Amino acid sequence: MRPFTYTRAEDAAAALAAGGRFIAGGTNLLDLMKLQVETPDALVDINHVGLDAIAPEGEGLLVGALVRNADLAADPRVRRDWPLLSRAILAGASAQIRNRATTGGNLLQRTRCPYFYDLDTPCNKRQPGSGCSAQGGFNRTLAILGASEACIATFPGDMPVALAALDAEIRIDGPNGARTLPAAGFHRLPGDTPERDTNLEPGELITSVALPAPTGGRQIYRKVRDRRSFAFALVSVAADVVMDGGTIRQARVALGGVAARPWMLPEAQALLDGQPPSAALFGRFADRLLAGAKGHGENDFKIPLARRTVIAVLTEATGGDAA
Amino acid sequence: MSEPITFKRHLRMNTPEKADFFDQTAQGVLSQPLDRPEGKLKVTGTASYADDVHPPETAYGWFVRAPIAKGWVTGLNTAELRAMPGVLAVIRDDRMIMHPAQGQQGKSPPQGPSEVFYAGQPVALVVAETFEQARDAAQAARPELIDRSDKAALKLPLDDYETPKSKQAAQGDLDKAMTEAAFAVDQVYETPSMSHSAMEPHAAVAWWDDGKLTVRGSYQMLKTNVAELADALGISARKVRILAPYVGGGFGGKLGISHEAVGAAIAAQRLGRPVAIALHRRNVYEATHRRSESRQRIRLAAGADGRLAGIGHEAWVSSMFGDSFSEPVTQASPFTYAGENRVIGHHVARLNLTAPGSMRAPGEAIGVPIVELAMDELAQAAGLDPVELRLRNIPDEDPSTGKPFSSNRLEDCLRQGAERFGWADRPEPGARREGEWLIGMGMASAVRVNTLEPSEAAIILLPDGTARVETDMTDIGTGSYAILTQIAAEALGLPVERVTTVLGDSDLPPSSGSGGSFGAASSGSSVLLAAQALRAQLAERMGCDADEMTLKDGQAIAGNRTRALPDLLAGDTLRGEGAIDPGATSQTVRQATWGAQFAEVAVSTVTGEVQLRRLAATFACGRILNPKTARSQCIGGMIFGIGSALTEHVAHDPRDGHFVNRDLAEYHVPANLDVPKIDIAFLPDRDAHANPMQAKGIGELACCGTAGAIVNAIANATGKRFREFPVTLDKVLAALG
Repeated sequence: MRPFTYTRAEDAAAALAAGGRFIAGGTNLLDLMKLQVETPDALVDINHVGLDAIAPEGEGLLVGALVRNADLAADPRVRRDWPLLSRAILAGASAQIRNRATTGGNLLQRTRCPYFYDLDTPCNKRQPGSGCSAQGGFNRTLAILGASEACIATFPGDMPVALAALDAEIRIDGPNGARTLPAAGFHRLPGDTPERDTNLEPGELITSVALPAPTGGRQIYRKVRDRRSFAFALVSVAADVVMDGGTIRQARVALGGVAARPWMLPEAQALLDGQPPSAALFGRFADRLLAGAKGHGENDFKIPLARRTVIAVLTEATGGDAA
Repeated sequence: MSEPITFKRHLRMNTPEKADFFDQTAQGVLSQPLDRPEGKLKVTGTASYADDVHPPETAYGWFVRAPIAKGWVTGLNTAELRAMPGVLAVIRDDRMIMHPAQGQQGKSPPQGPSEVFYAGQPVALVVAETFEQARDAAQAARPELIDRSDKAALKLPLDDYETPKSKQAAQGDLDKAMTEAAFAVDQVYETPSMSHSAMEPHAAVAWWDDGKLTVRGSYQMLKTNVAELADALGISARKVRILAPYVGGGFGGKLGISHEAVGAAIAAQRLGRPVAIALHRRNVYEATHRRSESRQRIRLAAGADGRLAGIGHEAWVSSMFGDSFSEPVTQASPFTYAGENRVIGHHVARLNLTAPGSMRAPGEAIGVPIVELAMDELAQAAGLDPVELRLRNIPDEDPSTGKPFSSNRLEDCLRQGAERFGWADRPEPGARREGEWLIGMGMASAVRVNTLEPSEAAIILLPDGTARVETDMTDIGTGSYAILTQIAAEALGLPVERVTTVLGDSDLPPSSGSGGSFGAASSGSSVLLAAQALRAQLAERMGCDADEMTLKDGQAIAGNRTRALPDLLAGDTLRGEGAIDPGATSQTVRQATWGAQFAEVAVSTVTGEVQLRRLAATFACGRILNPKTARSQCIGGMIFGIGSALTEHVAHDPRDGHFVNRDLAEYHVPANLDVPKIDIAFLPDRDAHANPMQAKGIGELACCGTAGAIVNAIANATGKRFREFPVTLDKVLAALG
């Protein structure tokens, strides 16, 4: 760990004024600093700035950026109206980590690509221009969608996949004022700049996450992984499906573990709207959602795995038999 | 306090025990589920593990790793590192070891900081005032390299193996038996590179005092660890003391000294102050031992009735250059099942990967499950129930040597285990379905060789009638403190509260150490012998023969006379010394421990995920000294088997072999949700050939077979065979189509 300055901010304005890397739960950043993958000169501790309430906002819910994962998952309103969010949070990490990790921090966790963590191997995300060791290396966990020549890392989280499917909004404050981003548009694909994980600008702070009015739909989070707990998703599927009699009124589906951001395609979802559920329909949807998917050898299996999991989740969400 | 008066008892195990000593004792504390005496310290975080105590002025060390698979380190930016804050020394010393010592090696592994045999090899040590400064400086290290990674051997080759003569065996004509067999199996299986993943990383704190070295460390076998460390440093073993009062898991990964012991000793000597080195998890994974990957060919030739006419078990494994250890994969195959035509093959390739070493049940842990997969395939081919196939092939004597078994309880384990599990309810392959889940049951025999090692202990009986057990035995989480306390208490007729046990100090009588599942039997026997030496003296003071005297609740009873121990001791302190040595019973009979394991799984037809529903095992492993710690050992062993079957493998980078998934987030030891209800039964058992306690090894037996039962259950659920561990969901999906 390199020496750094430490400032404890008492409110959001002070945090923004302080300048430096924000640290909240620290469940990812501290590990990265010990390994010197991240070497910030200044840390601004935002654990004491407030922003830790969950409050109604219209028919929706406003979740402060400092709300701990465990508290958000356990909130009775979340469990009742946005159970997808609860389930996704509880599918991740361990109880100890969820007690510490925050809503804002969870959105900002970095990839688990093993080469990103290894200073002795090139990594464009860690050191732009150095190369990508994952290609030609161990890539079981890595991306099948939206990757680039520069980077095949995945975003590893669960909660943000649910937030994307729930059409949540990320609220941000910063040197140039407040703004919002849709959860589905918060993370970036690597392109030529894999070092940038998100569309957050330097100096900006996530202040809250807004959940829109509940859809009343059937909500499912299914996480497929190599170990039943404390493992990152190989593929996860977050779905919120509203039925209208025998047809699908609206379906929102996001994939995790397959790309550098939660993977959603509005044009694929449009295939589902107004249609009666059927295996053939779900197959067409999955094919559209996974169009252009490309494996790198060890992770080729993720493509059929994602397809099968999407179909099973939609089948279950529309009242069918998953088998 | 008076000088102790010493009495000794030595036993070489040349003949089976005629009488069972512990059937005659009266205290009633042995074979009871005693809580660990040190349990409260451990669960409250107050037990002092190696790196928990730092003497004043301790400096901290951190290793620099080689970033290449093969080559040389020719220099380092030492001046630059030396100028960094807090840095006290940058050390590249000819005494640094290249990889850890093997179990019971007793001498130094190869040494030197220059030649590189695997990625991650420690090639320099940075020492600083604080842990953080040492780590920061080590991360700034830039070794100058001659990189020959392009010439490195990184995976098991197709051919070009060493085939050591002493490790091959053949009898009869297996090829002919295969040709003539009514049913035959001839398949190749693979198991991956694996890692121990003990919770406590390797750590050492070293200091010198007047030319004598003391190391607080995390090691399993202090007697040979002292010899290894002394040899590495070029000093007399008399000048080395190792303290390891608590060891946070070993599983074979701490049998021999490792980098941190030698590095801390060198640095402490150079700086004239204590030096602590706790290996980072990454160092533990890539620079201490791993279990070798294996390729195994199994041939089974059976008659129409399923009786085996022939067995072939050939293994291909890897080893470190110049090292004599290679995973003894076929260890149980010469005697588990009958069959007069037999081939045992053992082939070794030298690879530029983290050095292979002993990991829980080296050999059987990966050899037995694979044989059991082949037996399951044979059962299906022959149309026999898998349990019935095993029952038909239990030999009357060791079929390779003709020696009798000291005890063979495989049939009892199979029959009682099957009954207990509800094996009769096993479905036809691929026939039971619940929604998207296919349900299956599988079973496997479990077998592990049983051994005894030289071991010594002392019991000091104080004038107040309390006793202190002393031996350099370690407790690596197994329950040594508990069982040695119980053995002494039972043999001396004392409540357990009046016995304390002191372990993990190489100045104490040298024990077997913890390894090979021989620790409890070997060190326990020495404690029993020490107690018997004291009993003889107490009987003399009672004026009777030892077998006429009963010791109970701190009193000696002979005929109608009862005397309290303090009265009998009359102010004297007695020291009993016990020593056990293996003898003829290690040669004249085949000793093994036995079990049968059963698994029920659910396999998702959507994702290929395997969920274990339950595991059950029945074991026969001699007298159970403490059913609570024995059961814990079995649970741990079976969880090892779950990892082997389903989740664990070292991902070696295809370009330089480095251990890619070198942390606990990505090297997947089973988590709580992966572990189902585990049912364990011990058969009442004694083995007079084993040792005077008639107890045998436990912890390793439990991981021999588990993976076979699980993977056979997956085969039963899906109707497909899986011949490569671990059975991850991608392999299942590919098979389900």
